Amino acid sequence: MKALQFKRNIGRYAAARIAGSFTPGRGSSVGPLKLADLDAPEMPGPDWVQVRPRLSGICGSDLATIDGRSARYFEPLVSFPFVPGHEVVGDLADGSRVVLEPVLGCVSRNLDPTCPACAAGHLGNCQHTTFGDLEPGIQTGSCHDTGGGWATAFAAHPSQLHPVADTLSDEAAVMIEPTACGVHAALKAQGAATIAVLGAGTLGLVTIAALRAQNPDAQILATARYPHQRRLAAQLGADHVVAPPEIRRAARRHTGSRAISLHTDDGAVDRLSGGVDAVVDCVGSSESITDGLAITRPGGRIVLVGMPSQVSLELTPLWHREIQLIGAYTYGTETSADGTPVRTFDLAADLVASADLGQLVSAVYPLNRYQDALEHAAGAGRRGAVKIAFDLRSEKERDQL
Amino acid sequence: MSSNADPYKTSNKHLAPRPGFVLDVDRTSPPILFHHGDQFKLEKLPAGRSRVIYPPEPLEGLADPEGAIRHALANPIGDSEPLAALLRPDMKLTIAFDDISLPLPPMRRPDIRQRIIEAVLDLAAEAGVDDVHLIAALAIHRRMTEDELRHAVGDRVYDAFAPSGRLYNHDAEDPDGMVVLGETPHGEDVQFSRRAAESDLVVYVNINIVSMDGGHKSTATGLSGYTSLRHHHNVHTMRNSTSFMDRENSALHASNWRMGEVIRDAGVKIFQIETTINNNTFGRTGPLSVLQKREWEWNAKDRASFIAMQKGLEVLPSKARRKIFSSWQAPYEMTSIQAGEVEAVHEITTANVFKQQSVAVEGQTDILTMGLPYICPYNVNSIMNPILVMCLGLGYFFNMYRGKPLVREGGVLIMSHPTPWEFHPVHHPSYIDFFEEVLADTTDPIEIERKYEKKYAEDEWYIHLYRNSYAYHGVHPFYMWYWGSHALQHLGRVIVVGGDPAAVQRMGFQSASTLQDALEMASDVVGPQATITHVKNPPIFMSDVT
Repeated sequence: MKALQFKRNIGRYAAARIAGSFTPGRGSSVGPLKLADLDAPEMPGPDWVQVRPRLSGICGSDLATIDGRSARYFEPLVSFPFVPGHEVVGDLADGSRVVLEPVLGCVSRNLDPTCPACAAGHLGNCQHTTFGDLEPGIQTGSCHDTGGGWATAFAAHPSQLHPVADTLSDEAAVMIEPTACGVHAALKAQGAATIAVLGAGTLGLVTIAALRAQNPDAQILATARYPHQRRLAAQLGADHVVAPPEIRRAARRHTGSRAISLHTDDGAVDRLSGGVDAVVDCVGSSESITDGLAITRPGGRIVLVGMPSQVSLELTPLWHREIQLIGAYTYGTETSADGTPVRTFDLAADLVASADLGQLVSAVYPLNRYQDALEHAAGAGRRGAVKIAFDLRSEKERDQL
Repeated sequence: MSSNADPYKTSNKHLAPRPGFVLDVDRTSPPILFHHGDQFKLEKLPAGRSRVIYPPEPLEGLADPEGAIRHALANPIGDSEPLAALLRPDMKLTIAFDDISLPLPPMRRPDIRQRIIEAVLDLAAEAGVDDVHLIAALAIHRRMTEDELRHAVGDRVYDAFAPSGRLYNHDAEDPDGMVVLGETPHGEDVQFSRRAAESDLVVYVNINIVSMDGGHKSTATGLSGYTSLRHHHNVHTMRNSTSFMDRENSALHASNWRMGEVIRDAGVKIFQIETTINNNTFGRTGPLSVLQKREWEWNAKDRASFIAMQKGLEVLPSKARRKIFSSWQAPYEMTSIQAGEVEAVHEITTANVFKQQSVAVEGQTDILTMGLPYICPYNVNSIMNPILVMCLGLGYFFNMYRGKPLVREGGVLIMSHPTPWEFHPVHHPSYIDFFEEVLADTTDPIEIERKYEKKYAEDEWYIHLYRNSYAYHGVHPFYMWYWGSHALQHLGRVIVVGGDPAAVQRMGFQSASTLQDALEMASDVVGPQATITHVKNPPIFMSDVT
């Protein structure tokens, strides 16, 4: 099969880090990622099935890996070599379409009993991601045994697969996984009357759509760097969209707060006396989290959904204003308004359809143009794009399996 | 000066000043000096279809300003007793004076306000008046700093009154310090300084730099707040002020005059002192004198000093340039002073303003060009942000006319200014928000007024900064935008030469790198052989367009 494979190679990893620091996405040309002709992965267990990807998205966490920016935190949580790709819509052997819920929890690892988190359906919080029948890997796309979506085939446990309605296009279906992340994050901000979403890349935009669906009356502020992001953020439900440097002033205006200046009353907005009820940070940088701490009201909440790496933060406001800083990783099972459990993917599929999130797929590439694809994805904002995906529907190796 | 001398005698030190002049540009005409913020450009205007309006030369100043002041206080105009007769020991006296927004640039010491206030205080002391307050009548402008107050009223007055809290800035948001005196027949609330309202006499000390200033506007605006201002500082009024420099045709002034009547009927007695100055902005001699000379009269020294200045400024960073120009103080001279009853005084003042500033101009033009200088009323010791650029060009300069606008309806206005996306965070905090939020949404004054004005006017943080820091009131940028609303309605296009393209675009204008490009762009609207008129302002002048 045809696949993009990521090997452990310290030298190439360092080269990718240097290249990626000059041109985002350039790590693909000098780093450990290579296009290869591999054997299709063996099924790790009797229940497992082969999935032939149709579209496979490129995520921010993928780009961090390709450009050598991933946190060392992940080192024990992956197994080399691996095939990236976890945002997948694909075909099963019977021709039916599925989307992948890539988290590799206790069930897929053949662990019985499952950990408490998996027992409760919170797969993202699985406590056994390095144990069981599979090599380490928190998701398909970082586990050697399963393969990943950037290939013409990979292995999936049936518990990871969700059927796709005929009414959804492939472009819409490939958005279900990132949308599920946004839905999960948005639920952690539920009940907030004023919410600021930092960042309007894919994750920011789907989070805005989820927040609007869950909180029809909330005031949603958003930051966006590029004109198309501003347009989409407003279209998907943001009441006010501003450039990132303007968020402190915008939050002050919309919450009726006063500003606190480092130099008394000099008119600068260094932080707010009050602020928004919740911030959903879809960037995950030192700057964005610092902005979040500056504009969240005392007792408010910052939901960190953008994958951070090492950051430098002044945490005094977190302490002094009793702000909660919480992570929002992937998805699993949520609690609906009437108290019944509901899968995040089901909520995401509905939202993708109702908010037309398939429109966020801006361009698709064949696997052999992976360097162009990754550079496009890394520069999506300034190139007027949102989601870039690999299109495997025409790969001839796909039909040879 | 002896008491028998003529107090209105001029100094007569200079040749008879020449009136304003309209130059028809031909092939022999030299390039014209354009102000460009804190820099300058020499621009060649197309021959055969361009004209340049030059201001009149500075009138002679009064030879004995102190004598003229004493004479004016003793010989009031209109229905008023001499000031000395209005003063008594047990009275409450308030002296209000114009703020930092004029004159422009600030004048050399002694400031006219200092001279007048000292004379008034001398009379008050002779009459035994103890309860005297001095108020900078700044309405919703920023508070003046100690240095600025000292410059305006002098060290002697400042040291005598400020430490005891009897010299201060007007605070339009002080809930205990403001009072509503009534309502005009048009339903306009008249809000006023409580101290002034409760005084037995208000002496107002004015400097009239343009014909918009003075009259009832001094107190009805200067000592009021948003409750009153919103009735005349709005789009409807500004669009119906043609122009707001011409009181007879100004809805802005009509409203202020109505409010003045309410103030008078409420028992507030005002002794109005108004002065006019000449337009000796850059000096008859000295480093900037070339800026008020006509180009074909430049001698070798003028050319050399201009080139040296232009090249020197080019290599300096903008902060350094700003500092240089902020330090310039104009050698203005007082050309008249009149005191007494408000309306009678103002009639004479206005006539004296026009004596200095009026230039007769025949016919309108297709394209109006202007080089905007580094200063406007609201960036003294501050930054000329994009909103102020708009206000100076489309508000002030466009409206410097009587009769009809210099540019025809549907014509094009070309302004030359760097228009940096830069704001003074202390002075203009709400401007930053206005630029980031309001103008990003709409540039339509009506929509802006409807959707955003109240929120900004009542924003607690802006009010806090206005009262406790040195910030213009939250609603002030709206008024700047409204100031240009008559021009926005009248013009077919606005082009900014040499401006920051993003800032220019945010305001809904077009950006051009050169004047020639701008003229080319203008031809889309007014045709290829359009007539062009350049206003060579400053020094300030008014066009009487027939």
